[in-house]
Amino acid sequence: MTITSARVKSRSDATPAASAAGGKVYSPYSFWFYLPTALIYSILFLVPTFASFYYSLTRWSLFESKFIGLDNFVMFFQEPALVKGFTNTLIYAVVTSGSKVVLGLLLAVLLTSRIVGRGYLRSVVFFPVLVSTIGVGLLFQVLMNPERGLINETLSVIGIQGPGWLTDPKWALMSIAAVDVWKGVGLATLIYIAGIVSIPREYMEAARVDGAGSWESFWRIVLPLCKPATVTVIILSLIGGLRSFELIWAMTRGGPGFTSDVISSVIYKQYQAGFYGLSTAGNVILFLLVTAIILPLSWFLNRKEVEM
Amino acid sequence: MRFRPGTRGLALFAVGALALTACSAGSLGSSDDSGGSSSVEITYLTTNQDQDVKEAEQLAKDFSAKNPGITVKVETRPGGTEGDNIIKTRLSTGDMVDVFNYNTGSLFNAIAPQKNLLSVNDEPWVANLDDNFKKTVTADGQVYGAPVGGFMGGAVLYSIPVYTKLGLKVPKTWAEFMANNAKIKASGGGVAPVIQTYGETWTSQLFVLGDFHNVSAAEPDFADKYTKNQAKYATSPAALKGFEHTQAVHDAGYENKDFASAKLPDGLKMLATGKGAHYPILSGVVANMIATYPDAAKTVGLFALPGDNAATNGLTLWTPGGLYIPKTTTGDKLDAAKKFLAFVASPDGCKSQSEAGAPTGPYAVKGCTLPADVPQAIKDMQPYLDKQGASSLALEFLSPVKGPSLEQITVEVGSGIRKAKDGAARYDEDVKKQAQQLGLAGW
Repeated sequence: MTITSARVKSRSDATPAASAAGGKVYSPYSFWFYLPTALIYSILFLVPTFASFYYSLTRWSLFESKFIGLDNFVMFFQEPALVKGFTNTLIYAVVTSGSKVVLGLLLAVLLTSRIVGRGYLRSVVFFPVLVSTIGVGLLFQVLMNPERGLINETLSVIGIQGPGWLTDPKWALMSIAAVDVWKGVGLATLIYIAGIVSIPREYMEAARVDGAGSWESFWRIVLPLCKPATVTVIILSLIGGLRSFELIWAMTRGGPGFTSDVISSVIYKQYQAGFYGLSTAGNVILFLLVTAIILPLSWFLNRKEVEM
Repeated sequence: MRFRPGTRGLALFAVGALALTACSAGSLGSSDDSGGSSSVEITYLTTNQDQDVKEAEQLAKDFSAKNPGITVKVETRPGGTEGDNIIKTRLSTGDMVDVFNYNTGSLFNAIAPQKNLLSVNDEPWVANLDDNFKKTVTADGQVYGAPVGGFMGGAVLYSIPVYTKLGLKVPKTWAEFMANNAKIKASGGGVAPVIQTYGETWTSQLFVLGDFHNVSAAEPDFADKYTKNQAKYATSPAALKGFEHTQAVHDAGYENKDFASAKLPDGLKMLATGKGAHYPILSGVVANMIATYPDAAKTVGLFALPGDNAATNGLTLWTPGGLYIPKTTTGDKLDAAKKFLAFVASPDGCKSQSEAGAPTGPYAVKGCTLPADVPQAIKDMQPYLDKQGASSLALEFLSPVKGPSLEQITVEVGSGIRKAKDGAARYDEDVKKQAQQLGLAGW
């Protein structure tokens, strides 16, 4: 504990000290102006972050904690559920992110064309984004019930025996990913609509004069000029996919067994079981994982953008 | 910028709502003050299961009738691991209510009783408690809890009409049980031999947990060795049986078709309506079933999970839940809380609980009797209890070691995702974390 508080102190002290030293640089605000936010920031963000780094090194029962070094991390990586959770997380993030990019772009192209009731259709696509995730999860749990669910009953009318969407280990994760895409594609579409609308009309007209068909103008004008939108959608949905939890928990609780567990549900179950130190270690790992994936990706995607 | 009327209305509404909430908070506080001296209100936290709430409210009502001036407010929390977290968080932040209901045995040990709970060792009613129960709420020689609810059996509930129709006999060994299942399946009629409800994962564990009497009959020192990290589920032939049985009913195709998605109420419905023959479950669910299907009081019976040896076959018991007073309860409220515990642990308290719904089994208080009209399934527990050595406590009351993932593992084993042996080995890994968290020697 002492280590942490000392660390945090030195950190929060450092900021004002630095600003005092660099006082020659003109700042429109006085030091006191920053203080309230700095305080809130340290109490609510800095202290817990560093405290969690400390607690991840302890065996912690909420009532007392015992320093055990890196044992939690060792145990977390030995956890059999973790390997499954790890691969599932990556699959889930890539599948949902990829589908959102493709579907979002296609929907955006459709919804920026001249169709009847465009405004209405746009809001319909966006509507699932506004609904509570837990609500969507519970609703689809009922719809996807293998025996009594609407989806399989509908399929059986046309003679198809639907699988156990959430109860068959082969389908469970993909079913949740599908619902996630349904729920989240509205946001991707919105971003793409903004991107497409901002493309100057002259390019399209010039292309048409040069004899480009709709496919070529999509491929050579809309797609490249939408790159900023694509970058935003990929990063947002990838982060969302990597840390997704509510939908999975509401629909399968990581089940059947451990087959649709992702890292966050593994961590949550450890919290539930009272392994507070171990699950805090899990959160530190999740934090590092998301950073390790998103930072280089963001750098890579943004670099491309500048080159263009 | 001009305010549109709509926005203004919204702002007004927001301010109004704020003012209202401020008002109600204030008035709550003042009513507390005015009634302070003559009457005490204590809060009792219980789980949000229908039957538990009914029981808690009945207890609160009967207690207030006997103790005018004390009212008991019932508050609810989720059960399962989510509830464990709420209890631990509220205890560690000093935010616990005056009296709360929580598990006994291994989970009781995990909430650091010496640190958080008030010892009730010197209360007169402690002498009237059942010894088995007393052990499960004792830490360092101090008793901390009063029993609420009755003993529960982890057993097989079976449909009596299905048994009479096919002329079956209550099985004492696993082989007889499987033979019955084969006959039920062969007779057709869409009756599922074994009901499993993996939509609610905790219900999947009974073949393992309810088999413990048979384990301890074969290996009497299993619990001790288990606590000391010397016995394992995967390597003890008797203990492994539970996992093998879970797998066997799946391999033989004896489960109901919707076993993967069905939930507890679906299972109870199948059993009560004769669409399913056997349901391995806790006898605590009987009251719920009878509240929905009154006929089930007569048509559903109970037998202990069958093992290898007919002579030593017996019932695995779960002790009642405990009522605890946290150390944060003080003054008038503490006196009231102590009186409440004394009431619950008295014959009057048992009577009050029996009124709220069918009991789950015998009570842990001396002098308490079951009403004459208990359901057949509960009556069927009595012979096991009367016979010497035909019942024993579940492992979680004899050893603090209990892993959190057993329910997921048994779902996998019972769904054919994982083999029994592998599942048992995985559970052995799972309990390691719990043992280390508790700081047990030898792990």
